[in-house]
Amino acid sequence: MSDILRAATAWELQSMLAPYLEKEVPVEIIGSGSKSSIGRPMQTAATLSTASMHGIWMYEPTELVMSAQGGTPLVQIEAALASNNQMLAFEPTDLGPTSGGARGTQTIASVFACNSSGSRRVAIGAARDHLLGIEGVNGRGEVFRAGGRVMKNVTGYDLCRGIAGSWGTLAILTEVTFKVLPAPEKTATLVYHDLPDDIGVELMCSAMRLPYEVSGTVHLPKTVAGRLEQSSLANQGHSITALRIENFEKSVDYRAEAMREALKVYGDPTVVGSMNSMEFWNGLRHLSVMPYDEATCLWRVSTAPMMGPRVVSSIRRHMPAEVMYDWSGGLIWIEVPASADAGASDVRRAVAVHGGHATLIRADQSVRAAVEVFQPQSPLAERLMGGLKRVFDPMRMLNPGRMYANI
Amino acid sequence: MTLQMPQPDRVTLNRSEDIIADLKRIAGEEAVIADEDGRRTFETDGLTAYRAMPLAVVLPDTTDLVAEVLRYCHRERIKVVARGAGTSLCGGALPLEDAVVVGVSRMNKVLEIDYNSRIARVESGITNLAISNAVSGEGFFYAPDPSSQLACTLAGNLAMNSGGAHCLKYGVTTNNVLGAKVVLIDGEILELGGPHLDAEGYDLLGLMIGSEGQFGIITEATVRILRAAEGARPMLLGFASSEAAGACVSAIIATGIIPVAIEFMDRPAIEVCESFAKAGYPMDAEALLIVEVEGSEEEINDRLAQISCIAAAYNPTTIQVSSGATQSAKIWKGRKSAFGAIGRISDYYCMDGTIPLSRLPEVLRGISDICSAHQLRVANIFHAGDGNLHPLILYDANDPTSAERAELAGAEILSLCVEVGGCLTGEHGVGIEKRDLMLKQFSETELSLQMQIKSVFDPEWLLNPGKVFPLHLTVDAGTSNAA
Repeated sequence: MSDILRAATAWELQSMLAPYLEKEVPVEIIGSGSKSSIGRPMQTAATLSTASMHGIWMYEPTELVMSAQGGTPLVQIEAALASNNQMLAFEPTDLGPTSGGARGTQTIASVFACNSSGSRRVAIGAARDHLLGIEGVNGRGEVFRAGGRVMKNVTGYDLCRGIAGSWGTLAILTEVTFKVLPAPEKTATLVYHDLPDDIGVELMCSAMRLPYEVSGTVHLPKTVAGRLEQSSLANQGHSITALRIENFEKSVDYRAEAMREALKVYGDPTVVGSMNSMEFWNGLRHLSVMPYDEATCLWRVSTAPMMGPRVVSSIRRHMPAEVMYDWSGGLIWIEVPASADAGASDVRRAVAVHGGHATLIRADQSVRAAVEVFQPQSPLAERLMGGLKRVFDPMRMLNPGRMYANI
Repeated sequence: MTLQMPQPDRVTLNRSEDIIADLKRIAGEEAVIADEDGRRTFETDGLTAYRAMPLAVVLPDTTDLVAEVLRYCHRERIKVVARGAGTSLCGGALPLEDAVVVGVSRMNKVLEIDYNSRIARVESGITNLAISNAVSGEGFFYAPDPSSQLACTLAGNLAMNSGGAHCLKYGVTTNNVLGAKVVLIDGEILELGGPHLDAEGYDLLGLMIGSEGQFGIITEATVRILRAAEGARPMLLGFASSEAAGACVSAIIATGIIPVAIEFMDRPAIEVCESFAKAGYPMDAEALLIVEVEGSEEEINDRLAQISCIAAAYNPTTIQVSSGATQSAKIWKGRKSAFGAIGRISDYYCMDGTIPLSRLPEVLRGISDICSAHQLRVANIFHAGDGNLHPLILYDANDPTSAERAELAGAEILSLCVEVGGCLTGEHGVGIEKRDLMLKQFSETELSLQMQIKSVFDPEWLLNPGKVFPLHLTVDAGTSNAA
C-alpha cells in the first residue's frame, strides 16, 4: 500500500496527478476509503484521496439544492440538511460496515460515484437521479464541469448520469451539486409478520400499487430478521415485511389506516411510530443485518421485483443463502458461504434466467481477482464502455480494472 | 432567420434516386416517402422558421427494419435524422437536404404492462399521453408531461429528456425510464436496463437519454409507471408583482410542502390564456401561480389551506381553490394551451432557460428590458418550482427584421439565464436553436469531451449532424475526432 496523497482543491489534485500522467502510472482514487475493498483488485502506484476537499459551499433550502466539495463527509451533509428539516431523499446506503470498512465515513462524491441508493429509491429515484452537476478531473488531467445547479437542465449531453456509478474509473469528482428534499414530518412503518418470501414480496408490490406513496418496502426472512438490533421490530423466529409511510402527521395516520384496510388479507400489521421507524430504516441503510463476516460473501442483485424470490430459490438450490429484500423485492442482498468463486456462476446463472444483474460486494481479494465483481456486459455494451473510458481516461490512469478488466 | 445549416453533400444529392430505390427495396414501397408533397410534411418541426426538404423519409415498423435502414445509411455514408412526431421546439428534428429522415411513428404499440414491477414496455413511437391512457384504468400514469403530450412521441421525449409541469415532484424523462432498445448507426441493437431499478456497468441509458438523436435511435423503452394519487386539485394565487409570487413559491417550499406543480404566469400570459380557456384566471393580477397538490380529499383541503396561509403573507390579490373537476380541467387547459393561445394572437418564439428561483425578479426585469430594447413584447410562463422559464417573445413572421430581433432577444435572455447560474435549456433541448450559444455555458474542453462521446456512439457523425454543437467546432468531427 502506497502513501495516500490528499489534495485540498481541484487544482492541487490536478498537479498531484500530473507526474503520474507523465509517467503513465495509474492511481487509485478514493474519498475516505470506506468502499476500498469493493471491486476488482487494482495495480496502482499511488492512492489519491479527495477527503481533504471538504465543505458545503452552497445550500439553498428553498431551491432544494446543495453544492459540496467531493470529499465532504456524508454525515456533515446530512447534519446540515437536518438542521433545515431536509434530507438526501435517496438515503444512500453505507457499504462501509458490511465490506469491512468503518461506519458513517463515506464522502458525498463516493455516494454518487457508486450510485448508492437506499430503500427510498423505490419511490423517489436513485442517487443518479438527484445529481444535478459535477466538477471533476478526468484521466487526461483536465478539470471539467457538467450539469449545473438547476433541476431541469438538458443543455448538452447528460454527463452527470454518465459518470454516476462509474466508481472513479472515468473522473475524480471534486465537487457535486445535488437535489435535496424536505424531510417528512412523521414516519410510520407497517410491520407484517411471518410471511414467506414470495408472499412478502407480493405484499410489497401490492402496497406500491396503492395511492399512498409508500416510501420503503423491505422483507427480512426470519434468520435475517433475527439480527435486527431493535427489539421492538424484531420478533425472534419470524420474518418481517415492513412498509414505510412518510408525510405530514395527519396524512400518515390516515394512510396507515387505509393501507391496513386495503392489505388486510396479509394479516394485521403492527404500526411502528416515528422514532422506532427511523431507527429501523437507518439500520437498514447501514446494512446492519448483513454485518461483515469473513466466513461469508455478499452479493447485491437487482431484478424485477416479483422475480426476487425466484432468484433466491435458484441460488439456494446450490448453496445456503441468507437474504434481505429491498425495493419491493427488486434489490436483494444475498449472503453466501465464502468460497473460491463466491458462488458466482450460480448467482449469475440465476440472474441470467430471471433477469437483472449481480455485483459481488464483499469477498476476499483473491476471490475478487478471480471472478467478475460487476455484472459482465454484452460485447456491444463493453465496446461502448471502453469507448467512454478512452474519452475520459485514455491512458487508464484512474482506478484501472476496478469495474472491469479493460476499463 | 440567421442560423446556418451545414452545406449538403452534392455527391449524396446526386445519388438520391439510387438511394430512394435502395431504401424501398430494404423497407418496402409503402414505408418510404420520396415524392415532394410527402416529404414536405417532414420539412420542419416545432421550430417552424427553419425548413429543409429531406432526401427521403422512411417509416419502419420494426426495430429490425430500423437496424437495416441504419446499416445501409452507415455503409453508404448517408446522414440520418431521427424523428418522432416532429414537435421539437429547438429544431431537433429539422431535416437536412442530404439526410434520410427515419421516423418511428408507426412503432407505437404497448408491448407489456407489469403493475407489480410498475413498468410499461412500449415502442418509442407511442405518444406520451397514450402511455398514461394505457394504464389509467388501473389508476396508473406515466409522469413526464410535456405540454405537447397529446402529439409528441416517447422517442422525442427520450431524445430531449423532456420535462413538463409536474416534474417538481416526479422528475423528468431520465428519472422515469429504466430500459431501452437502441439501434446504433451501424445497425447494431443495444439493449439497456430492463424492469429492474438500476442498470449495470456505466449508465449508458442515462447518456442516451437527452442525446438529441445523435447517439442512436431508441425503438423501445421500459418506462416507470406510477400509481396516481387519490385526487389532485389546483388553486390560483394572484399577486400584485412577480417578486411577491416568487417569494411565495420559496416560502411554500421552505415549509416542507412539495406541491406536484407550481406554475407561474405573468400578466400578458394570463390575459391571453384566460381569453382562450375561460379558466377563471384573475385579470387584475400581475403574476399568477397555479399550485396543485395531491392526496385524499381531506389531505388536499388541509394542504391547500396551509398554502393559503403561507400566501397571505405576500398580499395576494386572489386566492381561489378550484371548485371541482371541471374547473381544475379548465385551469390546466389554460396553462397547457398557453403556447397555442399565444400563437392565435401572434407569432412567437418560445424560450426555455432555467434559473435559480431566487434570481426570478431580476431575470424577469432583465427579460422585460431586453425585449423592450428590441421593441418586442413578451409573455412569461414558468415552471416555478424547478426554475424552468418559458418567455414567449412575440414577433411578426412576415417582418424579417422582427424575426431577427426576436432571435437576438432570445439569445440575450438565455445568456442572462446562464449568467445568473442557470442554463440554456431546461426541457426543450439545444437542437439548432441554442447550438451557437453552447460556448456561453461550456468551455471548449467540456464541449470537446461531449463531442468525443458522440464519436463513441457515432464515429462518422452521421446521426442528426449540425445540431447541439457550434458548427465551427464540428468541422473535423467524424474524421479526426473519431474515438
